[in-house]
Amino acid sequence: MGRNIAALLAGLVFGLGLTISEMVNPAKVLAFLDLFGNWDPSLAFVMGGALIVTAIGYRLVWTKDRPVFAERFQVPGNRQIDTRLAVGAVLFGIGWGLVGLCPGPAISALTFGGAPVLLFLGAMAVGMGVFEGFDRITARQDTV
Amino acid sequence: MENFTPISASTGGALIGLSAVLLMALNGKIAGISGVFSGAVFAERGDKVWRVMFVLGLIAAPALWAQLQGTEPPFEITNSWPITVAGGLLVGFGTRLGSGCTSGHGVCGLSRLSPRSMASVALFMGAGMVTVVIAKSLLGA
Repeated sequence: MGRNIAALLAGLVFGLGLTISEMVNPAKVLAFLDLFGNWDPSLAFVMGGALIVTAIGYRLVWTKDRPVFAERFQVPGNRQIDTRLAVGAVLFGIGWGLVGLCPGPAISALTFGGAPVLLFLGAMAVGMGVFEGFDRITARQDTV
Repeated sequence: MENFTPISASTGGALIGLSAVLLMALNGKIAGISGVFSGAVFAERGDKVWRVMFVLGLIAAPALWAQLQGTEPPFEITNSWPITVAGGLLVGFGTRLGSGCTSGHGVCGLSRLSPRSMASVALFMGAGMVTVVIAKSLLGA
């Protein structure tokens, strides 16, 4: 119960951040990616603001023994840069540059973004489903 | 640079950071939206509800903001629908293959100086910028 309400609260705050910073507007995001056009550096300030708060906040949080509603802090330990990471990031970047939407803003724009956002979200879920299948097949091959 | 909005950008960014800190402090989880959303659809039942709740929060926030402001957030998208679909497929598959997106790698990963996240952010930002240049030259815009 507690952790579900905590997740709802965190989702609300995240969505407000995306809305106030206008990252829910694809045109605004594309204006950041368009370095050689009429460049709008706002997205860098969104990242900057988020990074300062997270870097300090995480360090304070990790002085505790455990989270309030869970057994332990789940932080990825993998530090290896591999092909999957690189190819995945490039594919994601191409899709992001084509439309100006990444997963967070795409979800937040659901109520006001109309048909294009529905289409994008549907395709995004299909893309994730394709990955689930791909992951299962490659895992099976690795164990053979 | 006439559309540059540093104050609202930093304020919104700080809220995104606050959300990441909340999710870690309360639930011990990384606020990576591609992973949270994918899990809301594909995860096993016991790990699903908090993910759905987070996604509901993401959806409700702009509606709440619109109520307070009396106007919807600005939104402009100009793609044809095949490009929108292609973008969605690439974002869905790419974020899962690369283990994260702008939030998981860009905010949570960079803040803890993860080498994987640094590589990911450099690659997806670079790919995004190159894509915009190519798309503009093809469309002649």
